[in-house]
Amino acid sequence: MSTWLMVALMGAFHGINPGMGWLFAVALGLQDKRRRSLFRALPPLALGHGVALFLCLMIYSMSQLLISQDVIRWLAGVTLVAFGIILLIRRQHPRWVGMRVGFWDLSLWSFIMAMAHGAGLMLIPVFLIGQNHATMHESHGEAAMFFNWWDYLSGVFLHTGVFLLVTTGIAWVVYRYVGVKFLRTSWFNLDLIWAIALIISGVLALVM
Amino acid sequence: MGLWKPDPSFYPSPRDAMKAPQEELAYVVAFNPDQDNRPDALAVVDTQKGEIVGWTKMPYVGDELHHFGWAACSSALCPYAPHPHIERRHLVIPGIRSSRLYIIDVKADPIHPKIIKVIEAEEIVKKTGYTRPHTVHCGPDGIYISALGDKRGKGPGGIFILDHSTFEIVGKWERDRGPQYLHYDFWWHLGLDTLISSEWGTPDMVEDGLNPEHLLGGRYGKRLHLWDLRSRRHLQALETNEHEQMVLELRPAHDPQKAYGFAGVVINNQDLSGSIWLWCRENEKWTMKKVIHIPAEPADPDQLPPILKGFKSVPPLITDINLSLDDRFLYVSCWGTGEVRQYDVSQPATPKLTATVRLGGIANRTPHPKGGMLGGGPQMIEVSRDGRRVFFTNSLYASWDDQFYPDGIQGWMVKLDADPTGGLILDPEFFIDFSDHQYRAHQIRLAGGDASSDSYWFS
Repeated sequence: MSTWLMVALMGAFHGINPGMGWLFAVALGLQDKRRRSLFRALPPLALGHGVALFLCLMIYSMSQLLISQDVIRWLAGVTLVAFGIILLIRRQHPRWVGMRVGFWDLSLWSFIMAMAHGAGLMLIPVFLIGQNHATMHESHGEAAMFFNWWDYLSGVFLHTGVFLLVTTGIAWVVYRYVGVKFLRTSWFNLDLIWAIALIISGVLALVM
Repeated sequence: MGLWKPDPSFYPSPRDAMKAPQEELAYVVAFNPDQDNRPDALAVVDTQKGEIVGWTKMPYVGDELHHFGWAACSSALCPYAPHPHIERRHLVIPGIRSSRLYIIDVKADPIHPKIIKVIEAEEIVKKTGYTRPHTVHCGPDGIYISALGDKRGKGPGGIFILDHSTFEIVGKWERDRGPQYLHYDFWWHLGLDTLISSEWGTPDMVEDGLNPEHLLGGRYGKRLHLWDLRSRRHLQALETNEHEQMVLELRPAHDPQKAYGFAGVVINNQDLSGSIWLWCRENEKWTMKKVIHIPAEPADPDQLPPILKGFKSVPPLITDINLSLDDRFLYVSCWGTGEVRQYDVSQPATPKLTATVRLGGIANRTPHPKGGMLGGGPQMIEVSRDGRRVFFTNSLYASWDDQFYPDGIQGWMVKLDADPTGGLILDPEFFIDFSDHQYRAHQIRLAGGDASSDSYWFS
């Protein structure tokens, strides 16, 4: 599967999780009885998510300049597995946020959620694998970075774009058509799947 | 790790919760009024048969179990910190005299609840500064518990937080308490990020009974406080007036879009009347006004305890209120006169009395068909989620029981059937006699949730 398709699919996966923002947007719309409140929440949600992702990829790509690919692979793998296990065992809830929130509150909230759930971290193995494939095709010698800054930036935009699209879609369908009642029966424990996804991507990074 | 699907007893809105299946069990705290070596207990009541089917005894003596609540409820569907895959399985039960906290699992075996953790008073006071834990509400980020005072039995009282997965004390809640000193109940308007707290008295003002000097001097609580839930800072204080004292139970509208609620005020030190106050928000400011006035009832001094003889009348003593999940009916306990009142509060500023049932009472002692002449009066009142059943018990607080009912209180629990369009009928078959077990009964929690257990995020 192509790296870009994976990056996009991850955006959809993150968008589906109610803990990443669509439920918050729905609640704000319902509380104010105005669809405007729902739509106003979406840009900051995407911004926070995108910045978190950007930060993770920046650290990753900078570390590529400093340490070897193998060390990065191990670091990323171990961090991801540990993160997944921690999320399986224990979760903390933000104490400063509420229902009367503005643009920056929502951006910060989305940023913290993405960081705390390891959303950006989860993408590193995707790039690692992409890189691996690329270097395999190259003859030995100066295997340059497959991904340059522009690629990472495109990745952030692609992922965040899909995230925003999915978040908007679900939020609107729930707000306008389905209603929140369905949460009772259809809200699968995505946090559990998420934690497992973190562990799997960590293992992938380790064994590839 | 949690459940695969949300706990089925969590509902997004109070409207959805009203369609919940009828409760089969109730948990009722029972305390030992005698100074002997029997510990307090949690009684499990079969609400269909109207009998006690299980007991869990506390490991220590002298707790005075009082109010309690669930560690998890519908508030777990929080839009900004969702965690709906935890279970409603633990009750958090404070001892108001011992300041101890019990965490009790009722899911493993609902008939035989099991104590899984005990938090000692020393730990609470060390980590929060508070003692005499009281109201328990499950909040978005933890379990909120109110406390009446400090180690010396003085103020300020306040709120502390318990982690809802580890049951470790997180700490004191308030960052800036402003003028707040006395404490009693609290609840919130989650949609408005606003917490409301009320005032009774510091432990040394209430533990030995109602102090007539404090009452006549107007020193019991008269205020209601509004707080910002996010910054944990005091926003505004609202006051009844110089005479109406002991602002106790707070019942905000369950619908998170509605910005109003009701506070029960026990007594007016001039005419002994009781009252219900409505708080509401208009143009970003909160105001409060009296919407229900219940007068004292004249009585023969021979029928009255020493504290009331001089007044020749019985105060209603509004000690508990409860609001149905549709925000339509307000139930008011008049512990002194022995009466439960049902008001239609669909127009909150102009409540209409729709039904009243008399049982017990200081002067009346209205009998129950199954229980005979009764001591004590309607006190802790709980309404089922569908709004069709109302349960209540008759004990207030050991030292106050003795003051107002000096002949002693025989502990009982009864049930009323409520008409969804207004009206109350006493269920003549439902009478649970706690005195058979030498206990008095206090707060009731219905399995799966009730009208004062859950907070909702959606309308």
